[in-house]
Amino acid sequence: MIFLFLINISLGSVSIPVKDVFRSLTGENASKETWEYIIINYRLPKATAAILVGMGLSISGLLMQTLFRNPLAGPYVLGLSSGASLGVAIVILGATLLPPFLATLLLSSYGIILASSLGSFTVLLAVLAVSHRLRDTMAILIVGLMFGSLTSAIVGTLTYFSTAEQLQKFTFWSLGNLGNLSWTSISLLSIFVAIGLLLSLLSIKPLNSLLLGENYAKSLGLNYKKSRLIIIFATSILAGSITAFAGPIAFIGLAVPHIAKLVFQTSNHTILFWSTILFGAIIMLICDSISQLPGSDFTLPINAVTSIFGAPIVIWLLISKRKMIG
Amino acid sequence: MENKIILQASQISIGYSHKRENTIVASNIDLCLEKGKLIALIGANGIGKSTLLRTITGIQKTISGTVMFNGTNIYEIDALTLAQNLSVVLTEKLPPSNLTVFELIALGRQPYTNWIGKLTAEDIVKVNEAMELTQITHLAAKRHYEISDGQLQIVLIARALAQDTPLIILDEPTTHLDLLHKVVLFKLLKKLTQETQKCILFSTHDIDMAIQLSDEMIIMTPENIVQDQPCNFILKGTFNTLFKDEHIVFDADKGKFIIS
Repeated sequence: MIFLFLINISLGSVSIPVKDVFRSLTGENASKETWEYIIINYRLPKATAAILVGMGLSISGLLMQTLFRNPLAGPYVLGLSSGASLGVAIVILGATLLPPFLATLLLSSYGIILASSLGSFTVLLAVLAVSHRLRDTMAILIVGLMFGSLTSAIVGTLTYFSTAEQLQKFTFWSLGNLGNLSWTSISLLSIFVAIGLLLSLLSIKPLNSLLLGENYAKSLGLNYKKSRLIIIFATSILAGSITAFAGPIAFIGLAVPHIAKLVFQTSNHTILFWSTILFGAIIMLICDSISQLPGSDFTLPINAVTSIFGAPIVIWLLISKRKMIG
Repeated sequence: MENKIILQASQISIGYSHKRENTIVASNIDLCLEKGKLIALIGANGIGKSTLLRTITGIQKTISGTVMFNGTNIYEIDALTLAQNLSVVLTEKLPPSNLTVFELIALGRQPYTNWIGKLTAEDIVKVNEAMELTQITHLAAKRHYEISDGQLQIVLIARALAQDTPLIILDEPTTHLDLLHKVVLFKLLKKLTQETQKCILFSTHDIDMAIQLSDEMIIMTPENIVQDQPCNFILKGTFNTLFKDEHIVFDADKGKFIIS
């Protein structure tokens, strides 16, 4: 992983030798001053973001798959990303309706982060309120999907009435971006991811008992409502904050837990937790490195890379329909 | 004298409440479960055996009346304490997962493990004991979906044994078993109650066997729910009220049902 981290930093429109990456990270001077500047202010935050995003999304996927006893659940089943896109869509596409000074303020990168945070937070509150009332966990899943289609319908309506320029901006956001995060954003993001991962760590034992189903879990002394709330909250804070900062990144949350399950052939969440974190970080670094298109000046959107990587896995899962995956 | 009563229900009504409307399945039930007793719960399909079991295990609330567990209202006991005193084997299917038989049984130790669920040496001893008692040690490394329904049933019972509780409640544990394994299981339950002073309550449709092996029986009929020793039920002719069909007659001498 450290190796991949270094590789990731060395790749980009300006290619920096791994040796110099290592040097500047350990405090020595790199061969060129510009390289050092690029590494500290651009490459390093991006690689850190990739690791945080990979870990957070994969863990939230794992939580959702166990909680909903559904191998196709991912961090976005609760409708969080749709909430975030709604927030961003309202800001970007609806900016013309706002007074000019407010519009410029909102269209800055912080405005967009704020909008998507608000969007996913609103959906989070709605999901928590609903889950508190519903006894049936499957119903929460359906409510999440309903929120998803509701918000995408609104986003669709907004795009219909917007200009080409606005549309392009929104499309850029929806393709995900790890690149333009400042160190301040990175520290904020890492705080959220740390909270989410900590809550997930506390949920390992409840998750293991949930492998037997709700009723057995309760008979083992599990406070089901409380644990479910913690798990949903952890997922929301992970997926919500990551979407806010990096855009909706597809497939990582769905595919990585399955890779961990396949590699380790286990359902024990103590093992799955750490392996999912590790695989999440590694795979996200690989995807990000690929998106740099080594040797060229172009950069692919990160979402395209994760989807190209993730879609075949999901299809293969559906076709093989293996009993063990859960 | 030591108090032998583990669980006592007096004049409870069971059923489902939905939007302030109660659907009562059965009422005026008196039950008393004592240490060292193997108790069978019998009754026709749909009479409410599962509802009764769900109610006295605290999963579901009573419509009226209280269930006392070791002298405390069962709904007031915190989940963890209850899990250390009461284990269950249910009829529901397990969700898909990669759990091995050993891991599945080890989950029965959850009420005793720390926050991350780490098994101590004592936990592992208990799990191994449960597997030896049920004679499934050779299955330990198998995944739970690789074994037959009958074997899985025994694994789930082993899980309840590993939970090491004074009271075990089993919902139709013999459903998927052949005659040999039914007898083996009944004998095991009997042995456990005698040797460890556990109380085991199970619902079953194998009435002949239940009559022969259980210490007490609880019989559910649409009219009432009664608890007594099997021989007294035979004397009173209670078994003939079990099924409302003239073709099924209970033969008191043979101790089984005859189809006429």
